[in-house]
Amino acid sequence: MSKKTNQEKGEPLLGGSRRDFLKQSSLLSAMALTPGPVIKAAEEQWDEKIADVFEKVQVNLEVNGVMHSVKVEPRVTLLDLLREELNLTGSKKGCDRGQCGACTVHVNGVRINSCLSLAVTNTGKKITTIEGLATNDQLHPMQEAFIKHDGFQCGYCTSGQIMSAVALVKEGRTQSREQISEFMSGNICRCGAYSNIVKAIQEVKNSQL
Amino acid sequence: MKHDMIGDPLNRVDGRLKVTGGATYSGEYKIPGLTYGVLVPATITSGTLVSMDTKAAERAPGVLAVITPFNAPKVPGFQPGAAKPVKGLKLFNDDQVHFNGQPIALVVAETFERATYAASLVKATYKAAPFETDFHKNFDKGVVPNEGKYKDYVRGEADAYKNAPVIVEQDYMLPSEMHNPMELHVTIAFWDGDDKVTLYTKSQGVIGSQRAIAGAFGLDPANVQINSRFVGGAFGSSLRTWPHEFAAVQAAKLVKRPVKLTLTREQMFTLVGYRPLTIQKIGLGAAADGKLVGITHESHSQTAVYEEFTENAVNVSRFLYASPNANTRYKVVPLNVGVPAPMRGPGEATGSFALESALDELSYKLKLDPIELRLRNYTYTDPERNLPWSSKFLKECYQQGSERIGWDKRPAEPGTLRDGEWMVGYGIGCGAFGAYRSKTSAKIKLLPDGTVNIQSATSDIGPGTATSMTLIAADTLGIPADKITFELGNSSFPVAPTQGGSQTCSSVGSAVHDVCVALKQKLNSLAGLPTDSTAAIDYSSILQKLNLPVLELTQDSQAGDEAKNYSMYSFSAHFAQVYVHPLTGVVKVKKLVAVVDGGKIVNRKTASSQMIGGAVGGLGMVLTEEAVFDDRYGRYVNGNFADYHVPVNADVPDIEAIFIDKPDPIINPVGSKGLGEISLIGVAAAVANAVYNATGKRIRELPITPDKILTTT
Repeated sequence: MSKKTNQEKGEPLLGGSRRDFLKQSSLLSAMALTPGPVIKAAEEQWDEKIADVFEKVQVNLEVNGVMHSVKVEPRVTLLDLLREELNLTGSKKGCDRGQCGACTVHVNGVRINSCLSLAVTNTGKKITTIEGLATNDQLHPMQEAFIKHDGFQCGYCTSGQIMSAVALVKEGRTQSREQISEFMSGNICRCGAYSNIVKAIQEVKNSQL
Repeated sequence: MKHDMIGDPLNRVDGRLKVTGGATYSGEYKIPGLTYGVLVPATITSGTLVSMDTKAAERAPGVLAVITPFNAPKVPGFQPGAAKPVKGLKLFNDDQVHFNGQPIALVVAETFERATYAASLVKATYKAAPFETDFHKNFDKGVVPNEGKYKDYVRGEADAYKNAPVIVEQDYMLPSEMHNPMELHVTIAFWDGDDKVTLYTKSQGVIGSQRAIAGAFGLDPANVQINSRFVGGAFGSSLRTWPHEFAAVQAAKLVKRPVKLTLTREQMFTLVGYRPLTIQKIGLGAAADGKLVGITHESHSQTAVYEEFTENAVNVSRFLYASPNANTRYKVVPLNVGVPAPMRGPGEATGSFALESALDELSYKLKLDPIELRLRNYTYTDPERNLPWSSKFLKECYQQGSERIGWDKRPAEPGTLRDGEWMVGYGIGCGAFGAYRSKTSAKIKLLPDGTVNIQSATSDIGPGTATSMTLIAADTLGIPADKITFELGNSSFPVAPTQGGSQTCSSVGSAVHDVCVALKQKLNSLAGLPTDSTAAIDYSSILQKLNLPVLELTQDSQAGDEAKNYSMYSFSAHFAQVYVHPLTGVVKVKKLVAVVDGGKIVNRKTASSQMIGGAVGGLGMVLTEEAVFDDRYGRYVNGNFADYHVPVNADVPDIEAIFIDKPDPIINPVGSKGLGEISLIGVAAAVANAVYNATGKRIRELPITPDKILTTT
């Protein structure tokens, strides 16, 4: 039987051998004298340094009018960058595969599911999240309308609903109740606030006529 | 002073936080040194773990620990003979696999991505055993549950329906349904030394979570802090402390760092409960005038081999209608599946679908209007317990709902009303859900500026608890709502029950009412007035005059003997108008009217939303939702939002919520009976009955998908 490659054995391919070597060598040299936690700490430091130099990619993007310059692994989604790195947790994770809309943000003015977008592909782009919708203390009319019409209950899908709703009005897809419902159907609300969401959107749309 | 009153349509007090992204849910706390946990699922459905290879995972970048049954630190409450044994699945405690997807390892790493990748490297060797997941094949293995209240019930003669002049005898099937709250189940846990732990966790009951974690890890409950201020929906999926929550605490202890463990949407199909697959048989026997002679209700539902799950699926048939003879039988079928959990409306919603469908079938056999049939069997006392109702306005529900839906347009003969190419039909479905009140405490603080803060360890999974509690306080104290803050979701607050069984408004509302009354009495006595004086007093001036920085009171509140002397229920009647397309089988619900007798309505705005939301849940139950199982492998094939269809915006029409809004004179000071469950109970039958009225096709297996319309003759 032929010798298995690292990949076939389930070993990490990219960087795996380099890291394994470092880990093992640091482990071997340290093992005799050093207690376990210290070895671990040392290894982690190496991990981080290696990751910083070789595996992370520079991303420059504008979020809610603020420029961010961060290094992220290429596999980090825009949603996880927002939530875990930039501490903008208003955008929600409900499925992590573009099926629920809770993570909806605007990228260059267009609504997208941020869980389906890798952070690195957003360099140079302008992102607006729910945190960037109000100006100073003045809520966006859509936010006001959601409160007035009780367009939410638990509130978890609400950021995505509002970001979608704002985009919907801009897209001009508010010609009828049916059209609003159809083009808001990418945003699931398990509490069932749909009819109130539609009323909120209709009010904002009508106030703009 | 103008004040806000019970019944007002008050905007949510946390609305601004929720529309700005400022509401912080359990997984969103930035704890220094946070690490990420990812679970590894078993890939067999029953058997034993022989060995695990975790080397690759442990060597992967950023990995801090890989916890398996072979190396996990022992959790005291998981061990035989534990003082407070944990019930249900105990992760990493032994080598047994009971269902596919059962977690066999937990990887903890510096980032979510690293943990996720490393989890994919964990390898397991199993000794697979034969498994049983096929409910239908194992139907005859159903057992009567251990708990006494589930034993067979007989009033009068069992199966008396069989001897009646007019008989309906049918089976009704409900597939497994997933709670699927929008928020992923998540726990952040961190220890302070060896005896104190703090959790931010998705919980419907912080006190329940506190007791569970303290019991499992042998800690003083005072040393277990549970925070769950905002909960992104739950519908029953967070009523208990789940295995992954214990695992996060266990992992945080091992790595000595905060651990955040988030389930994936797919994992939520097996690890946080669901409404169980249930087959019910209803036997109804009636005299020619429509009076029921006998009701028989049998139910079989699935449970897990490692833990028995039960719910009140058959109970509704004992008391909703007058019948001299009634009997129920309830069995559960243990399978190699994750354990179910109560899901909104729980067993009562399941049971109501069967009973109310059968009653509809009976109405056509009798050539009686379905509402008239219900009226002929209306009961003014509880026939199960032989007690008066604390209040019951179901007749009023029938009347108001039938007017709003346009019942007079309903064709007596099914399949005869058309609108263009669509077939049109009307249906009614009713329900009842127990009205409860549990012991609750609340603490009130009055400050010299006249503002009031109230705390109670209740939760808000969406109904707007803080908003309705604020209204009750405003009404009782006679001050504006914006002077009041109500805080919840923190286990250090005074004890409150878990938010389940529609009891929050009744229980916590009573405590808020009582603590406000106590504060008023205290202020009266400080002002030199009789304690029960109703004269208007300026709260802040009393404190300022006495130079008190704060006036603080804690009040316990609990029910007396009411539940012994009365049967207490919320009642509902749901009405549906549906359009069915004869060529495509598409069912469109055009109009839904939900009428409820839930006692006094505290906040008209949030209560309406709650009713509408429950109705949407019912629409999912009847038309779209089904967790599809592959019995060859013991796995769900649609464990995601693309393939498991919860209703979306385009599925949902305008829904009208109507409240009878008469205070229950017995249950509590406010007179509120509860809405959360009753809002869903009866919806499925209303729609299914409307589909029959439109088409003449009786679909007894939910969901009513187009293929079933087309293939049913």
